[in-house]
Amino acid sequence: MSKIRQILPKTREDRELLEGLRSGDNSVISYIYKTCYPSVSHLIIGNKGTEDEAKDIFQEAVMVLYDKVTHENFELSSKLSTFLYAVCRRLWLKQLNKRENSMGTQDSDGMEIADVESDVQFHIDKEHEFAKMDSAMSQLGEPCQTILKDFYIRNKSMNEICEKFGYTNTDNAKTQKYKCLQRLKKLFFDQKSD
Amino acid sequence: MRQQEFLELADRYLTGQMSPKEIDEFELLCNQDQELNALYLSHAEFVQTMKRNEARLEFKNQLSQTIKEQPSETIIVRMWKKLKINAVAAAAVAVLSSLATLYSTGYFSTLRRTNSDYSALKREINNVKRNVNAHHNAIRNINNKETSNPQDALQFGATGFMLTKDGYAVTNFHVVSGADSIHLQNNKGNSFKASIIYVDPEKDLAILHISDSSFAAQAPNIPYTFRRQSIDLGEGIYTIGYPRDEAVYGEGYLSSSTGYSGDTTAYQISVPVNPGNSGGPVLDKNGNIIGIISGKQKGLDGAAFAIKTKALIETLNRIPEESLKGNIVLNNKNSLSSLPRTEQIKKLQDYIYMVKVY
Repeated sequence: MSKIRQILPKTREDRELLEGLRSGDNSVISYIYKTCYPSVSHLIIGNKGTEDEAKDIFQEAVMVLYDKVTHENFELSSKLSTFLYAVCRRLWLKQLNKRENSMGTQDSDGMEIADVESDVQFHIDKEHEFAKMDSAMSQLGEPCQTILKDFYIRNKSMNEICEKFGYTNTDNAKTQKYKCLQRLKKLFFDQKSD
Repeated sequence: MRQQEFLELADRYLTGQMSPKEIDEFELLCNQDQELNALYLSHAEFVQTMKRNEARLEFKNQLSQTIKEQPSETIIVRMWKKLKINAVAAAAVAVLSSLATLYSTGYFSTLRRTNSDYSALKREINNVKRNVNAHHNAIRNINNKETSNPQDALQFGATGFMLTKDGYAVTNFHVVSGADSIHLQNNKGNSFKASIIYVDPEKDLAILHISDSSFAAQAPNIPYTFRRQSIDLGEGIYTIGYPRDEAVYGEGYLSSSTGYSGDTTAYQISVPVNPGNSGGPVLDKNGNIIGIISGKQKGLDGAAFAIKTKALIETLNRIPEESLKGNIVLNNKNSLSSLPRTEQIKKLQDYIYMVKVY
């Protein structure tokens, strides 16, 4: 019985899937891909898109979902697959409009299209914000980038950092870290918010 | 307090390295000093943004990795999707062309012929003779290189008989189907060119008209009549046909009132018939036409079939007006009934023709 359970594709609850997305669970990502991608691919390939474009759009749609899940107490108003389909549709329409092909898309039958405009916009804002952080980080250069990442993201102690970068004592390292942080903040906030 | 030291504290506070006592002190510090509190909040938010950015990046990579790793449909499936239309079209063309080939090579007609044990009684004239001749020629020409050897067109022979004195005749459809030209030859050896007026493949009937100008309308009235009412089992009948180049008489009886596999438009008769008898008239003892010989059942002795006169009349009535060259008026005065059989045959012979198909 347990073997059969393993072979049969498990149908997972949307809530469980959202939780998995929040924690970056690989199996959840593949599950979402397997269940939601085919209809998206059908939509995009059926509307002058290619396989690669379909994948890109799908990836972006998952990112939209990710942003919602990680930043807000997000509750799905529809099924996850419906939400993703609607987001993909919205994204693809935008892309088509960019190509000045403002024709309507042909939807698969029986798909209700949720209103996802605000979600997409939210994602675009976040994308923007994170792009700023990214460019600030890359402008920061080494070793600052690594020191900050080690300390704030990988949660390493000052002692380890001190050893890794060969500072004579932790105070030096701390000073260095402080300087790096100040520079990063400056870079981040000084960017034109265009 | 210097900013650096304060941020140091804030980091320790955020990472939870402080003892409870230190936490209390830090919180007190923040509560007392608005400036420091604002600094703490912006710092915390910034660190949060940094962390989220990193997590988000990681997730994005993971996602694209996962999507890339997905067995994105095997190559066959993808090709199938792309080439589906082409494949369907190709298959359709293939089916069509093979059917066309089979049709053009006569596979279906052979199929029908071999599948049924019904055999149509037209005779392939000179088939054997021609093969032998070809053989002889080949041997004769083996030394000289002449290979030009115009072959006669394949020729079929069957029987037909006059319907009216002004040139209408009837034979079987299977005799004239695919014919280039049709000639009717009487027992004196005179041959007349005939044209097809109407064919009824269902009933296997063909109505011909002698278009030859040499066919004089001098012929006396048709001596026989057409008997429409059905006749009784066991009644004596006879036929005259051309299974060879001479007229051949055959005699027998009506053995069943339906034809091959229950065909109600035909009789089963017990008369010796051979290829070439097709289209020959079947007469009763009074010299009334009761049917037209059409075929026999293979492997069954004495089971020949004749199309009923009634079916012939129905076919005649169905001929469109415009394809007629003058109305078909069947004779209704029998001048044979009082004559003995041999005299009947003598009179009949002039109206029964060998149908030669080229």
